[in-house]
Amino acid sequence: MSFQTVTMMLLEGFAENGLIFIMTLLFALPLGLILTFGSMSSFLPLKWLTKTFVWIIRGTPLMLQLFVVMYVPGLLFDISMPGSLFGIRISPRMFSALIAFVINYAAYFSEIYRGGIESIPRGQYEAGQVLGMTKRQIFFKVVLMQVVKRIIPPMGNEIITLVKDTSLARVIAVQEILWIAEEFTAMGLVWPLFYTGVYFLAFNGILTLLFGYIEKKLSYYRG
Amino acid sequence: MSILDVQNIKKSFGNTEVLKGVGFALEKGEVLAIIGSSGSGKTTLLRCLNFLETPDGGKIIVNGEVLFDSEDRKAHNEAEIRKKRLHFGLVFQSFNLFPQYTVLKNVMLAVELLSKERPDYKENRAEIRGEIEASARAILERVGLSDKTKAYPCQLSGGQQQRVAIARALALKPEILCFDEPTSALDPELTGEVLKVIRNLKSSDSTMIVVTHEMEFARSVADKVIFMADGKVEEAGTAEEVFDRPKSERTRAFFSKKA
Repeated sequence: MSFQTVTMMLLEGFAENGLIFIMTLLFALPLGLILTFGSMSSFLPLKWLTKTFVWIIRGTPLMLQLFVVMYVPGLLFDISMPGSLFGIRISPRMFSALIAFVINYAAYFSEIYRGGIESIPRGQYEAGQVLGMTKRQIFFKVVLMQVVKRIIPPMGNEIITLVKDTSLARVIAVQEILWIAEEFTAMGLVWPLFYTGVYFLAFNGILTLLFGYIEKKLSYYRG
Repeated sequence: MSILDVQNIKKSFGNTEVLKGVGFALEKGEVLAIIGSSGSGKTTLLRCLNFLETPDGGKIIVNGEVLFDSEDRKAHNEAEIRKKRLHFGLVFQSFNLFPQYTVLKNVMLAVELLSKERPDYKENRAEIRGEIEASARAILERVGLSDKTKAYPCQLSGGQQQRVAIARALALKPEILCFDEPTSALDPELTGEVLKVIRNLKSSDSTMIVVTHEMEFARSVADKVIFMADGKVEEAGTAEEVFDRPKSERTRAFFSKKA
C-alpha cells in the first residue's frame, strides 16, 4: 500500500476527528457559558444543581461518558440516535460521541469562564455602577473583554486537549484516524499508526499559532 | 435649601456597626472634607451616598428630592437606584479605570451608554456622539491630559490615572462629586498633581466631598470639615474651627498624632 493511499485514508479518518472538534466547540462554548451563569447564580438550588452536574462530568472519565451516551438511551429508554445533524449525514455513533463531547467540554469551559469572571476585581463593577451603567452594560462593556483576555491561555490549553481527545470516540466505534490506523496494523502495516501523530501535531501547531496571535492582539493593554 | 442633606445614616456589617447615625448638610459649591482615622466609617459613608451600600437607617436628600429613606423600602429597584446614583460621582482610591479602553473612551463610555436612552438618539446619533467626544476632550484638557487621549491606562502614571478617573466622573456632570482618599494610592510626588486638579474644580463651583488624609489640603480647600471617629461625627465646622480650635479631645489627639 502506497504512502499516498495511507495518507489519504488517514485524512478521511481525521475528518471525523475534525467534525467532533468543530461541533464540540460550536455547542460547548455557549453551553459552557450557560453552565457558568448557573453555577454563579444566587438562586441556590440552581447553583447546586449546576455544580453537582459539573462535578459528575469532570469527575468521571470521558470514555465512560461516551459509553453512557452510546448505550444508556437505547437500553433503558429505547431511544435511538438520529442519523443526521443540520442535514449532514452522520452515523448514530457519531451523534452519541458529539453529545458526550459537548457535555464534557461545556463543563470544563464553564469552570474556565467562572475563573475568568471571578478574577475581575470588584472595583471594575463598582466603577460601572457609580457611572450609572446597568448590570448588562457592566458585563458586556466593562467585564467581558477583560474576561476574554484572561481566559485565552487556559482555553487554548483545553482546546488543544480536545483535538487529541477526539480519538477517544473510537471506543464507540467511530472510525476516526486511530481506528483507521489500527486497521492497517491488522494488515501488518505498523508505520501508519505512528504517522497519525503528524496529523495531530500539524493541527495543534496551527491552533497554537492562532492562540498566540489572539494573545498578541489582546496584549495592547495590561490589567 | 441645601444641595445635600444627609440625616442619621446608619450601617452595620454583621455585628459591626460602622456608621452610628451620621448627618451633615452641604450647600451648592461647597467642599466638604471628611477626615478621621482608618476604620472610622468615612469610606462607608461615601459608599452609602453612591448607593454601593444600602444604609440600614437614615435619609439622603438632594435638592429637596428624597433619594433614600430607610422608612420607605419600596424605591429599591435597580433602575431607580441607577438614576439616583447619577446625582453623585465617585472617584476611587484605586482609580478603577477600564484597562481595555483608551483614556478618551474611559471618559466617554458611560455618557455614550446613557445617551442611548435619549428619545432622539437614533436620528441624531452622529451629532450626539460628536458632542460627547468634544466635551470629553474638554474635560481631559481641564485635568491636563489632552495629550493622553489615545493612551491606555497601563501606560499612565498613578497620578495621571487618577486624573482620568476624575475626568470620567466629571463627564456625567454629577451634582456632587465624591473622592474616596484620591491620593492614598499615589507616591508623594504624584499627590500634588491630583490635589491641584481637585483644587481647580473648587474654583469652578463644583460641590465636592473629599475623604482624605492630606490635612494641609483639607485645610486649604475645604469650606467644611467633618472629623469622624467610631462611626460618628465627632466634630464638624469650618476648616478653621476644626483645625485651629478643635473642641473635642479626640480631634485634638488625632491632630497631635498626625503632627
